[in-house]
Amino acid sequence: MSAFEYAPALESTSIVNIAESHKLFINGKFVAPKSGKYFPTINPATGKVLSKVADGNEKDVDLAVAAARNAYVKVWSKMPAAERGKYLYRIARILQERAREFAVLETLDNGKPIRESRDTDIPLVAAHFFYHAGWADKLQYAGVGTSPKPYGVVGQIIPWNFPMLMLAWKIAPALAAGNTVVLKPAETTPLTALLFAEVCQQAGLPDGVVNIVTGAGATGSAIVNHPGIDKIAFTGSTEVGKLIATAIAGTKKVATLELGGKAANIIFDDAALDEAVEGIVNGIFFNQGHVCCAGSRLLVQENVHDEVLEKLKVRMANIRLGNPLDKNTDIGAINSAAQLSKIKELTAAGDSEGAERWSAPCQIPTEGYWFPPTIFTGVSQTHRIAREEIFGPVLSVLTFRTPQEAIEKANNTPFGLSAGVWSEKGSKILWAASQLRAGVIWANTFNKFDPASPFGGYKESGWGREGGRDGLSAYLKGGN
Amino acid sequence: MIVDSSESSLKAFLKTLPTVDEVGVNARTATLATRSIKTTSKAWAIDTAISMVDLTTLEGADTPGKVRALCAKAVRPDATDLTVPSVGAVCVYNDMVSTARTALDEIGGKHIPVAAVSTAFPSGRASFKVKAQDTQDAVDAGAGEIDMVIDRGAFLSGRYGEVFEEIQKIKAICGEKAHLKVILETGELVTLDNVRKASYLAMLAGADFIKTSTGKVSPAATAPVVYVMLEAVRDYFSSTKVRIGVKPAGGIRNTKDAIKQLVLVNEVAGPEWLTPTLFRIGASALLNDLLLQRMKMRDGYYASPSYVTLD
Repeated sequence: MSAFEYAPALESTSIVNIAESHKLFINGKFVAPKSGKYFPTINPATGKVLSKVADGNEKDVDLAVAAARNAYVKVWSKMPAAERGKYLYRIARILQERAREFAVLETLDNGKPIRESRDTDIPLVAAHFFYHAGWADKLQYAGVGTSPKPYGVVGQIIPWNFPMLMLAWKIAPALAAGNTVVLKPAETTPLTALLFAEVCQQAGLPDGVVNIVTGAGATGSAIVNHPGIDKIAFTGSTEVGKLIATAIAGTKKVATLELGGKAANIIFDDAALDEAVEGIVNGIFFNQGHVCCAGSRLLVQENVHDEVLEKLKVRMANIRLGNPLDKNTDIGAINSAAQLSKIKELTAAGDSEGAERWSAPCQIPTEGYWFPPTIFTGVSQTHRIAREEIFGPVLSVLTFRTPQEAIEKANNTPFGLSAGVWSEKGSKILWAASQLRAGVIWANTFNKFDPASPFGGYKESGWGREGGRDGLSAYLKGGN
Repeated sequence: MIVDSSESSLKAFLKTLPTVDEVGVNARTATLATRSIKTTSKAWAIDTAISMVDLTTLEGADTPGKVRALCAKAVRPDATDLTVPSVGAVCVYNDMVSTARTALDEIGGKHIPVAAVSTAFPSGRASFKVKAQDTQDAVDAGAGEIDMVIDRGAFLSGRYGEVFEEIQKIKAICGEKAHLKVILETGELVTLDNVRKASYLAMLAGADFIKTSTGKVSPAATAPVVYVMLEAVRDYFSSTKVRIGVKPAGGIRNTKDAIKQLVLVNEVAGPEWLTPTLFRIGASALLNDLLLQRMKMRDGYYASPSYVTLD
């Protein structure tokens, strides 16, 4: 060997035991779907089927909602708040104990690198349960009056990009606030949610408090439209978010919606440039860019554009794309064939609209779904790749001349989920943060998450917040 | 990168360097520390690390016997396995240079340079006359490498011109005979911004290598410090086409630490730096751990430390 080539360092999959088929989790038990139908879930890194998962229909949702209602009325709403907290602590501890198992399963079903599922996703999942466990008996401080009340039964629909983390963001605050839950994981990544159902059993969580109904869009629609549901919490595309808002209009239901984004990552010329380059990489290539708050629009001050791009390309050439189970992999597989074709369609539009494409020189595996880390330079505000969410490892690079122009361009989007500001000048960061219309603004960092920090969007990026006191209060009705 | 040695010109130049965000550097080095180096790549890394060790003894109690023993170890780190490469250099105090040179020459170590610590090592607190003589003596005694310390007091009080000039003059004394390694003593410079500035000062003044530490101050070769120095040599190369070497020293005691250093080199400066002419590790205890790990890879089990020699 003449160069330092890293030999494969594969995480063992022996810790997970994936059943041939998975049933629905309703009222504390795994039950077959009424339709008798199952659909496959695949490993996007190989394209091979991992397991079959129940296709829940309206009848199954009906049962799940009834179980959740029963658990809410008879058990969960009557239980002392401190006892609810104990269940959440117990779940958090079990998640930590079984962290490796969850990380491996998440990587298999989702395609994300084991380094991320192991070091980011699953630790944050446990952190969310610990954080909200502490809230369970302190709800009078949640900011919604002195005697806050839960909504009752909450329908929750989560996406495929952070399957377990999104589950935690939804279930932990809902249970802490005293609600019961019917949750639908994404159809391409249902396995960790079903493993979580086992954790609920292991923790002795009362039957019906958490129900997991797998399925595709029709199953989600059945949840949204079910009259027995008091509140909807959804994370996913703006398109579906609008459908949900329309569906619940005129009903008693309330909703929190975490939708798409097209975040600006603004690099001023006085930034610590090398770390800003790391921030660009982390902003757009973390989780293959399957991140609603991804820093997908790079706004770089024109006088440092060339220097930043040169450094960025050198850095991108070091990104290791490949088997997500390899501990040295930085970027894994695209989650599905459908997502890959969407990325290809939008990048082709980038080419035809005149932007210049550059992809990191990495070897693409022959099986599964992959897309190399890619940047487009010479992008202008009118290009589709500057306006539409690509949800893949694709960065659009735009320039600006003055701080005012940076803010104008950053805000010139129907979205407003997140933004990044890079400068060593504190006053400039504070000024920019106050001008940016986005729910989360990172200064000299990107994609940092904490259960205590509220997350959510402006404009078409959503309604409400998740995390922190604001996220908790979204699961509570105000008292006096 | 044209800059003259005047105080104002140096100051102005150093201000143009981008600042370093410590939080970002810590996060990046923490990620790189999770690289998992196994099997063939581990074997390659161990042998490469051995060939990069500057085997060092810098004690008041150093004797000719101790230095000769160290030289024997440098030439043949493992007497039972001649496939083990010899180390990068032997690093000693000024007065031991001729002893080391002679010993190495006698036992087949002509290719191994002797590195002498110089310029009133480790504190650097002496007149320039003394520092110059210190260096001249070492070069005359056969040192192929001079590990000088910068004047941290001058650097911290903003007298960059003095630091620069001193390095230039020492470089002139080294001439063609000796390579110059410039020790920044990053544990006393403290901030990563200072590390970047001092790296540039040393490179501009003619350093062949920039080195983290004397080994007498803690912290020494931390990952963030080495990371910033590797960025400096990478960027210096991209503007001048000259490759400067990097030498972390102090605190690298086991194979895992050494491999983490090689990962940093590979992913920050680039694979071109993975050679003893551009990367060295200043250490003493490290070599034995590398040998034990090498035996483990060969035999499949861990040998007792009694199977590696003490020197």
